[in-house]
Amino acid sequence: MVEFTFWDILRNLLLAARWTVVLSLIAFVGGGLVGALLLVARLSKLRGAEPLVGGYVQLFQGTPLLMQLFLAYFGIALFGIQASVWVAATLALTLYTSAFLTEIWRGCVAAIPKGQWEAAQSLAMSFGEQLRHVVLPQALRIAIPPTVGFMVQVIKGTALASVVGFVELTRAGNMISNVTYQPFTVFACVALLYFALCYPISLYAKSLERKINAARR
Amino acid sequence: MSIALDFGAILAQWPFLLKGVAWTLGLTAIAMAIGMLVGIACAWARASGPAWLRAAAGAYVEMIRNTPFIVQLFFIFFGLPSMGVKLTPELASVIAMVLNLGAYATEIIRAGVEATPRGQIEAAQSLALDRVQVFTRVILPPSLKRVWPALVSQIVIVMLGSAVCGQIATEELSYAANVISAASFRTFEAYIVATLIYLLLAIGLRRLLNWAGPRFIFGR
Repeated sequence: MVEFTFWDILRNLLLAARWTVVLSLIAFVGGGLVGALLLVARLSKLRGAEPLVGGYVQLFQGTPLLMQLFLAYFGIALFGIQASVWVAATLALTLYTSAFLTEIWRGCVAAIPKGQWEAAQSLAMSFGEQLRHVVLPQALRIAIPPTVGFMVQVIKGTALASVVGFVELTRAGNMISNVTYQPFTVFACVALLYFALCYPISLYAKSLERKINAARR
Repeated sequence: MSIALDFGAILAQWPFLLKGVAWTLGLTAIAMAIGMLVGIACAWARASGPAWLRAAAGAYVEMIRNTPFIVQLFFIFFGLPSMGVKLTPELASVIAMVLNLGAYATEIIRAGVEATPRGQIEAAQSLALDRVQVFTRVILPPSLKRVWPALVSQIVIVMLGSAVCGQIATEELSYAANVISAASFRTFEAYIVATLIYLLLAIGLRRLLNWAGPRFIFGR
């Protein structure tokens, strides 16, 4: 019988935590791009964009991420493609992230006074110019703290990818706990590693928020 | 290439789905009732408790908010038994949901408590109300009213998060979908149906709580 030291457990968890970080970054960047596209579609007042994007947001915010992951995994398989967990997890987390980010950013754009749009219009700027030179630079400043804060939700969301078999921190914890018979130690370590990833980001988001609120007063 | 979807096979299993919905709603109701009490207690502790209690409540809130729900659930269900605490899947699920909602509710309610105008507390004190009365009668009801929309959102998030509890064989909705898909080989359809039910539950629960809040929780 092999004995596992604490170091063995921690080392393997740390190795697996890489994939949590990689998956989080992919989901965050991918979700950000899709979210930005959805935001622009909404702001441009394209016909039908408002209800469609609204429904999209409602759908992803009103259903469990776990179900979205299952649907992505089995949905891809339905098209006769051998679904890899990478594709399924990336797809589901990207869509999930995009729905939340587009809604957060819409709130930030809505916080820009209407007069700014009108002033830009009266300078004969096109829609793209209004966005690029007037509205987005201002919206971006207030959008940063909640966006950073949402990063924590993305990291925690990647833990669910373990359920479809993606080997990241949580899945590794399961596997290691099964071979070492030390579930208490293993899951305590898993929780602490997530905490080590998320807590600094939470603190950073909070300090950014405080800075913006101070500047506004 | 054609994809044939067969929802009939899933809907024929409606008693399973119904049982799953009942478990999901039951777990959520218990988590909501106890979790809000935990949230109120910790919000009080963080706002006006002694220093050690403030620190303890703060550590609890940050620990829960910065780790995934599924890891909390696994720690309680798989980790605690090796310390001699044996839990059924249902009990472990309820505990995890209560702890999770409690931490988020603490932060939400605390924001409401901190927005209480100083004059209201002074007015209550000048009417010779004691500290407990000031908190439960004067500070808390308007605070809950202020933050109710955020609290409702969080309760809906916890309800959706309870889908994970099926992973430890709690027989809630996602578990029902799992069982049905294994029996019918109609995996995709089973999850589509379950997902749509979750969507309806989320919309319904939000409406219900928005309606019930002013009537039963904090008064109009």
